[in-house]
Amino acid sequence: MIRFINVHKWFKDLHVLNGIDLQVAQGEVVVVCGPSGSGKSTLIRTVNQLESINEGEIWVDGKNVTDPKTDLNALRAEVGFVFQHFNLYPHLSVLDNITLSPMRVKKMERVAAEKRAEELLERVGLAHKKDAFPAQLSGGQQQRVAIARGLAMQPQVMLFDEPTSALDPEMIGEVLKVMKDLAESGMTMMVVTHEMGFAREVADRVVFVDHGRILEEAPPEEFFMRPQHERAQQFLRQLLTPMN
Amino acid sequence: MNYNWDWGVFFKSTGVGQEIYLDWFVSGLGWTIAVALVAWIIALILGAVLGVMRTVPNRLVAGIATAYVELFRNVPLLVQLFIWYFLVPDYLPEGLQTWFKQDLSPATSAYVSVVVCLGLFTAARVCEQVRTGIQALPRGQAYAGLAVGFNLVQVYRHVLLPQAFRIIIPPLTSEFLNVFKNSSVASLIGLMELLAQTRQTAEFSANIFEAFTLATLIYFVLNMSLMVFMGWVERRVRVPGLMVGGK
Repeated sequence: MIRFINVHKWFKDLHVLNGIDLQVAQGEVVVVCGPSGSGKSTLIRTVNQLESINEGEIWVDGKNVTDPKTDLNALRAEVGFVFQHFNLYPHLSVLDNITLSPMRVKKMERVAAEKRAEELLERVGLAHKKDAFPAQLSGGQQQRVAIARGLAMQPQVMLFDEPTSALDPEMIGEVLKVMKDLAESGMTMMVVTHEMGFAREVADRVVFVDHGRILEEAPPEEFFMRPQHERAQQFLRQLLTPMN
Repeated sequence: MNYNWDWGVFFKSTGVGQEIYLDWFVSGLGWTIAVALVAWIIALILGAVLGVMRTVPNRLVAGIATAYVELFRNVPLLVQLFIWYFLVPDYLPEGLQTWFKQDLSPATSAYVSVVVCLGLFTAARVCEQVRTGIQALPRGQAYAGLAVGFNLVQVYRHVLLPQAFRIIIPPLTSEFLNVFKNSSVASLIGLMELLAQTRQTAEFSANIFEAFTLATLIYFVLNMSLMVFMGWVERRVRVPGLMVGGK
């Protein structure tokens, strides 16, 4: 479904992505983790070309996204993206946030779009909030709306860029629960996160990135029990016992 | 000071037809509103387009808008008006030129010049406000729009501009008032708007103080009403739960 072939990206002198090769199969859930500044957010943003790359190729659903001839807008419509800071449209109600792109990009009728939006809100447990505005919701609720907004386009893939990093601890669980349900429904997912509990329970594979390289790629049990690379061991130690 | 105030002057005959002085003020106010409103519509539309141009990721497009702003903001309004009224018509194509100079009445050609001048001048100022409004938004908003498959026009239309315009209502309000105040330059090319009618009343009746007092009052009440109206607009479009633009 997603395939990176020898992807490189530079920010001036900084080599943020250094020869990334990675595949995400249909229905697979891949968690990307790594220290901050490792390039993992940049990596996930290259999938729908919110970040461009300098070398290599990225294929999504059989299309080369780095080919200038590819219709990026059509491709992005098939790829759901959930941001760290939710990025809901603050001037629109929850319902309008979800129906906007199906109506404008897919030319769905309002009635149909709203029906679908209400089903999605039901699914993320926020049916009663459809007329609220984003600023009236908690962070966890906003992020669940953002997930519903992504799903409204009926995407082939969902990308999550640190979806719980901006949340208060007591709200992380409700968002992860929605993501877990989504994974169980068979959605192909690529998730940048530090939530190792989620990775252990939901991921098919964990990818560890540092300095723009993939240092380790393994099923969760193996990654957590027997990390091969020294940087991965160090990273896991710091996550589990941050005081030491 | 020895001055005999005579507030009854406005109801006295001007000596021109059946008109009393108050009629002149009413007609002047009409022209002032006609100039300012049309100029404002031009300024809003053009200013929004230019403001968007200054924020798009294309140097040429942004550069054109920047050049426009610098040009129109750095030349005095009055100089611009004289250029539009005295100079530009001579460089129009043949047909347009005869139309402007011969077919239009003097009042209409002065009106067209001042509306174009004031509209383009104010557009430069509106542009800067639209630009800052867009730039005040978190970058994530544009990304959120792009990520769902919007093209750049849709991102601006549905995501960025509705938010930017809400943010800039207060500075836009003062620009709106400025258009009404600046419209008084039209009196210098012979358009009989409010200020011109005031001066004419002062000359005809010799009641200078009364004439200018009334003009002051009219401008004041006009602008206060606009402020009240814009305050209402601001409340109408306020987003629940957001503190943008006051409580």
